[in-house]
Amino acid sequence: MAELQVEIVAADHFVWSGAAKLVKGRSSEGEIGILPGHSPMLAVLAAGDMEIDPVSGSRFTVQVDGGFFSVDANRVVIVADNAVMAESAPAGTR
Amino acid sequence: MGAQIRVYRQKIASTTSMGKIFKAMELIATSRIGKARARVSASLPYANAITRAVTAVASQSEIDHPLTTEPESIRRAAVLVMTSDRGLAGSYSASVLKQAEHLVELLREEGKDVKTYLVGRKAQAYFEFRGRDYAKVWTGGTDAPEFETARELGQVLLKDFADDFEVGGVDEIHVVYTQFKSMVVQEPTVIRLLPLEVVEQEEETPADELLPLYEYEPEPEQVLDALLPRYIESRIFNAMLQAAASELAARQRAMKTAGDNANELIKKYTRLRNNARQAEVTQELSEIVAGADALNG
Repeated sequence: MAELQVEIVAADHFVWSGAAKLVKGRSSEGEIGILPGHSPMLAVLAAGDMEIDPVSGSRFTVQVDGGFFSVDANRVVIVADNAVMAESAPAGTR
Repeated sequence: MGAQIRVYRQKIASTTSMGKIFKAMELIATSRIGKARARVSASLPYANAITRAVTAVASQSEIDHPLTTEPESIRRAAVLVMTSDRGLAGSYSASVLKQAEHLVELLREEGKDVKTYLVGRKAQAYFEFRGRDYAKVWTGGTDAPEFETARELGQVLLKDFADDFEVGGVDEIHVVYTQFKSMVVQEPTVIRLLPLEVVEQEEETPADELLPLYEYEPEPEQVLDALLPRYIESRIFNAMLQAAASELAARQRAMKTAGDNANELIKKYTRLRNNARQAEVTQELSEIVAGADALNG
């Protein structure tokens, strides 16, 4: 099955990257879930929690406070002003 | 005679203690450079992601956004000059200021008004000493910049950009900073921040060349509204981080040279002191011999 390549970056540091099955976040319009094969999009991110379901390991949340995210060709880039990982997050690939 | 030896001894002592200070400052700069460079590379993923997104939006959607359209006539330009807070970094601040002077002259020749923003106490001192006006100055922490400062800078500049000419607004924004190329090469550089010239980052991989056709949420205009301030902030932050790394590299080099010169001086003074001591001994000896000869004679 196709999977998403997720990258989370904050203004002054790299946060997490890895493969995921699902990314759930909040855009300025409302909640949005992204599965593999999603059409390319660019959305403004609202402050709140994002949920990421990685291929290996259990689901975890990242707290972000504004920013944006882009999806293209199964690559999800979350650009947050500031991002705080939940402690249960599995180690990323980088 | 004895006085001269004393003078040399004092000079050797003071040069030695200065040499120790130079050595310490060199070591401090060296230890901080690594961190500063790591911060430059840590900010790259964010800058690259944002650049990519801005490029995609700006190149695909035919939207007139005030930030991307060139104004018909540019009457006033803002210049942001990034120098260091402290000296003892060789020609670091001086070359940035020189570059800034060139730019200001050029802008004036084109008939534009210039509004200056400064970063670093060195720039402030330079402008105040010459009695020149500047709009605002940010000091403190030029060798370890905070993202908050970059954000504040970005907001002030964006507000000026949005304002009309009559109330002091500007039509274009330039940044003068020192680009960190390598440990030995740091180059004072001018970039035009606004109106935006969207340039692809050089390290883009060939596979990334095709930009996807994005869907926007909410509307392209709002997305640009949210993106561009961040883009500006990240460009400013990146410039600040590079300037900080350059400052430390310049300081390390300057302190290394100063330390080497101190050692040279110590060597020279030690020789002079030995000379003087030998001359004294010789003179005393010849006085004794002459005295003895006089008695015997």
